[in-house]
Amino acid sequence: MTTTGFLTDSTLCIGCKACEVACKEWNDVPDDGFLWSGLSYDNTLTLGASSWRHVKFVEHQPRTGCGGNAPGHSTWQFSSDVCKHCGNAGCLEACPTGSIVRTEFGSVYVQPDVCNGCGYCVVACPFGVIDRRPDDGRAFKCTFCYDRQKAGMEPACAKACPTGSILFGDLDKLQRRGEERVEQLHAAGMDDASLYNPTDTSVGGIHAMFLIRGDSRAYNLPPKPEVPTTLLPRAWTAAGIGAAAMVIGSLAAFAMCGSGRSAKR
Amino acid sequence: MKATEERLDELRRQAERTGRVDAKGIRAAGAPLPEPGAEHGYYGLPLLKPPVWTWEIPLYFFVGGAAGASAMIAVAAQVSGADETLVRDARRIAALGAVISTPLLISDLGRPERFLNMLRVFKPRSPMSVGAWTLAAFGTLTGATVLADELQRRTDLPLTFVSNAAGAGAALSGLGMATYTGVLLGATAIPVWAENVNMLPIHFAASAVASASSLLELCGHQHRALPLLASGAAAYEVYATREVARSGVTSTALKAASLLSGPIPLALRLLGIRSKRARRAAALASLAGSLITRFAWVEAGKVSARDPRVPLGLM
Repeated sequence: MTTTGFLTDSTLCIGCKACEVACKEWNDVPDDGFLWSGLSYDNTLTLGASSWRHVKFVEHQPRTGCGGNAPGHSTWQFSSDVCKHCGNAGCLEACPTGSIVRTEFGSVYVQPDVCNGCGYCVVACPFGVIDRRPDDGRAFKCTFCYDRQKAGMEPACAKACPTGSILFGDLDKLQRRGEERVEQLHAAGMDDASLYNPTDTSVGGIHAMFLIRGDSRAYNLPPKPEVPTTLLPRAWTAAGIGAAAMVIGSLAAFAMCGSGRSAKR
Repeated sequence: MKATEERLDELRRQAERTGRVDAKGIRAAGAPLPEPGAEHGYYGLPLLKPPVWTWEIPLYFFVGGAAGASAMIAVAAQVSGADETLVRDARRIAALGAVISTPLLISDLGRPERFLNMLRVFKPRSPMSVGAWTLAAFGTLTGATVLADELQRRTDLPLTFVSNAAGAGAALSGLGMATYTGVLLGATAIPVWAENVNMLPIHFAASAVASASSLLELCGHQHRALPLLASGAAAYEVYATREVARSGVTSTALKAASLLSGPIPLALRLLGIRSKRARRAAALASLAGSLITRFAWVEAGKVSARDPRVPLGLM
């Protein structure tokens, strides 16, 4: 099996949210609450247990002449966010039940029949993707349409995308395609275009890459995401010091005070 | 600007003349809304998800920690040849703690009926998995210790070796119980926990020792090792308080917990060394401090997760 991936191109996204709808309908994802956020046309706001695709509306003042922007009007970058399916996934490492597994497609999948809702994956995700669904009790996130991929089909969001902004395919090919697209955009004058894929951090690259314009932080994409497992050596060293102090401290305290004077009451 | 009658007339004239008014209105509460960008992230919205844990988890951290330290104290007391009632009570506190801990952990699960899935695999890389197995071992061993102890006292069966071996195992897993919860919080993506990863397991160990020795003191045991242990733990807490303050944590609950765990019991124990009432007050302060410490750390994690600045590298 080849490792598959997503390449989500914000320069082609028109903010129609067909991906959000397609994901919800195919995967039977329940209502994620309805509110007017007041933040551009984004009323989904964040990925979560019941929002597996989320179109960000990054609204800002344009740089005149950069990619055909006219002065005096706000401009949007739309970017359809999704679980990153990390090379080293924090949620997968943290899961104590073995519910979260890596599939034959290289994606990270939560087995709903195993998850017992301990909530540890929630604090282990450096992208804030996975969450526990309150009324259900289990953790949910994008499945990378594991069922569809099993049947040789592309994920629902990619199929529903009308502009080719969400590309699905072989991960290595998509990476090359993304790099070519960045060069193409640079040649067209959009010199702020870049491919977001943190390969130089402990996350070890992501299987859902994003082609964005401007600073990645405007999209809440962390510049240096780290998988929390990297903290384990330091954490267990501290635990060892604490345990050793407990052993030495209690043995020493009782040795110093001798066996006497321990009358009760 | 205070609106006058002239100002209102002027607004009307401008509206009649141009069809619109150029001046800004009153700014909405919280305005200006943050724009997406390198300084605010995506509209200042949280990047991380806050922990979903409710009160059961910090309460478990407290109970499990005190129980774990109690199992260690039981062994130390026994090795030193201390009064056997102290050994027995320490073992009982450990076993009782395990009995309380298990339902606390299970009831916090989203699917409590699937709690046995915790023992489906053993994953050393998951502190939650290590913790579940530690609690399973601790519960079994503390239970065996107390059971063998009781049987031996009532039936004269030769079970001393069994209760001592189980007690030693209970102490070993008890060390895990008192410290792994710091690993559980520290090795996560939550900034305030991850920043204190070197300190949290030791902090929780000290907190556990303080609460276990305080509990035994409140049970009426007057062995001098108990206040000595509690004072040592309180002294560490004074140091930990400084470290936490240096890392920029401003939680009021954490400050209160620090005061109750560190300076207050330490002062009471040093100044009121001969006063029974002072010792009792110190023990109560340590227990309250230890309990609030765990709640404050979990709460601090929830607050920390809402701030996108650290994961975005903005501070």
